[in-house]
Amino acid sequence: MQALFPLVILLPLLGSALVGLGGFVAPGFRRNESLLGGLATLMVAIPFFIILAAFLTFDGQPLQFSLFSWMQAGDLDIRFSYEFDQLSLVMGMIVTGVGALIHLYSIGYMHGDPGYYKFFAYLNLFIFAMNNLILGDNFAVMFLGWEGVGLCSYLLIGFWYQDMPKAEAAQKAFIANRIGDVAMIIAMIMVFRLVGSLDFSDLNQAVASMPGDQVFWISLLVFIAATGKSAQIPLFVWLPDAMAGPTPVSALIHAATMVTSGIYLVARLNPLFSASPEVMAIIVVVAALTAIVAALIAMAQNDIKKVLAYSTVSQLGFMFMALGAGAYTAAIFHVMTHAFFKACLFLGSGSVIHAMEHMHSVKDPQDIRTMGGLRKYMPATSTTFWISTLAISGIIPLAGFFSKDEILASLFLFDTGFDLYKIVWLVASLTAVLTAVYMTRLTMLTFEGKQRYPEGKHPHESPATMTIPLWILAALAVVGGFLGLPYLIGHGEYHLLNHWLEPVIRNNPAIEANASTGKEVFLILFSTLLAIGAVLFTRNLYRKHDLEADVKVKKAFGGLFGAMQGKFYLDELYQTVFIGPFMMIGKKVLSWFDTNIVDGAVNGSGTVVGSIGEVFRRLQGGLISNYLLLITGGVLVMLSYLIFG
Amino acid sequence: MDLLTPTVYSYLTVALVMFALGTIGVITRRNGIVVFMCIELMLNAVNLALITFSNMWNDPAGSMLVFFVMVVAAAEAVVGLAIIIALFRNQQDIDINQVNIFKW
Repeated sequence: MQALFPLVILLPLLGSALVGLGGFVAPGFRRNESLLGGLATLMVAIPFFIILAAFLTFDGQPLQFSLFSWMQAGDLDIRFSYEFDQLSLVMGMIVTGVGALIHLYSIGYMHGDPGYYKFFAYLNLFIFAMNNLILGDNFAVMFLGWEGVGLCSYLLIGFWYQDMPKAEAAQKAFIANRIGDVAMIIAMIMVFRLVGSLDFSDLNQAVASMPGDQVFWISLLVFIAATGKSAQIPLFVWLPDAMAGPTPVSALIHAATMVTSGIYLVARLNPLFSASPEVMAIIVVVAALTAIVAALIAMAQNDIKKVLAYSTVSQLGFMFMALGAGAYTAAIFHVMTHAFFKACLFLGSGSVIHAMEHMHSVKDPQDIRTMGGLRKYMPATSTTFWISTLAISGIIPLAGFFSKDEILASLFLFDTGFDLYKIVWLVASLTAVLTAVYMTRLTMLTFEGKQRYPEGKHPHESPATMTIPLWILAALAVVGGFLGLPYLIGHGEYHLLNHWLEPVIRNNPAIEANASTGKEVFLILFSTLLAIGAVLFTRNLYRKHDLEADVKVKKAFGGLFGAMQGKFYLDELYQTVFIGPFMMIGKKVLSWFDTNIVDGAVNGSGTVVGSIGEVFRRLQGGLISNYLLLITGGVLVMLSYLIFG
Repeated sequence: MDLLTPTVYSYLTVALVMFALGTIGVITRRNGIVVFMCIELMLNAVNLALITFSNMWNDPAGSMLVFFVMVVAAAEAVVGLAIIIALFRNQQDIDINQVNIFKW
């Protein structure tokens, strides 16, 4: 068993190399789509089963393995060492499990694309990097994965790079992530200076003896890094644009796995974060702001993928709110359930886009205003989409209900009085309502009502390789929540995930201490009523008025709606505050420096040599006697140096 | 001081004078053939010095080197004369100051 663990890391890398290089050198192989896709899927499915086996036979002792020593210098010794503990097993199963399903889905979705082999090579490389991120037992290996997933995200967002906006979206994602990465590098340097090691376990043990301000800065820097990768304010602007990539990529990287790596990292370093209440307060405020802002934007979008993208940002805000309250388990729980239903939603949207594209009669295949009534033609997609919509809205007993309720409960129970966390709880509840509203709106406009695309050809349901993953994910979105039954049932005894993660994650004890049956009943009823009310209200509204209901929504929001539609003008703000001045400096100062100083030095050296030559070329008069005289003179000088010198 | 019995110094003095004359000739004369002859003079001055030292140290290496120099000088004469003939064919003149094409 232990001997198989390296395969978890190496197989996706091998798959990436085989598919990518093989496809590059062998055109025959490149055209064999089922072989390419099947191979790539297998290279993710095998690691999933290995992790599953490790999970089933897990005895509480973390399983470690080390490939080789990476770098060694003085006190620094970084090994390619990995650890399967309770947290990384859960994350590993999500990543490879959902990853394998999305690989399977992509076989059908990417059919006929000229870059088919490249797509699967990148996708496998992503799984390799993600496995490094979640299985590495030190900062360096984690950071390798952290950068690796960023690279793969860049490559896949810009997969159709001939299209300029898509290439720009890729760059935007990469640069926004780099800003976070700088914080991560600084945090790593601080950790090494303070602890003398980059291992997570050493850091978590050293937290107790670390000076408070250092704990504050390290955890704040790690959180800043997380805001880049996990799309929180102020760095979330890249995620909606990242939807330029193929839809399976949006599902895998920008919904289910990569964007949750910031949450994973905070949960992994939970002793560090628990030791700094100030950072926790910052996290909870930033997360609440992100969640509500993204949910408001999602209300006003008409692109099916954009709605889901902002929904992802909003849900990531939920996870960070849980982290900020010290409810790390709740965050990981929501990571898991969100991976199921959001992957399902994205794959469902991919199925819809696929169908709309094949009609060739719609201008923008992603615009929900030109859809409607698709349920008749796409039963599997619409059923799974509905299930996931209800799950994300928090309808009991689907997965989203349990995880979202746990997050809301931990925010509510953080304190007994009315303070910051209560305000955040209110914001979170409001966001939950908005989530239910915009998701129902999306689903209603896409699948229900009358059709708004041109008559004639009608869309077709996607092939089985695409619908099977949808059904599996929808099933998981139904049952996934039962892994974490709320406190109310048996006083948390049946919260399986909590018990499982107990050895590695120490949740904020105040939450459980403040819990009581009365409060729990109130919270569950409150959030359930809100969710059901919001879903039913929106459903009726859009059933009655169809697309015209948008006008009513617009009226209800009044002046705010323009800002929501304009994404709160964050892109424009960044453009004027950061990018514009930066380009100005580049154009005015740096380009002056480049043309005058840098080019001056290069051209100057040429000019100097030239003018020296201009002087000395006069010696070459052409008279042989002169040359001979010079030779004799030279010999005499050398001789006199040898004799007298 | 016996001026009539030759010593190492007398041979070397002759060699020095020959070499100096050759050098001055090479630099100052304009006739290609004369320049050429002056080079031969310099070579032979060196040969004389080599023979002298060889005799003085009782070391045959010097004498041996002289043969090398002579062989090289013979070969050089062949090449050099050929160049002078080619030059004359081209320019109807062997004044080396007229051959001022070796310049920038």
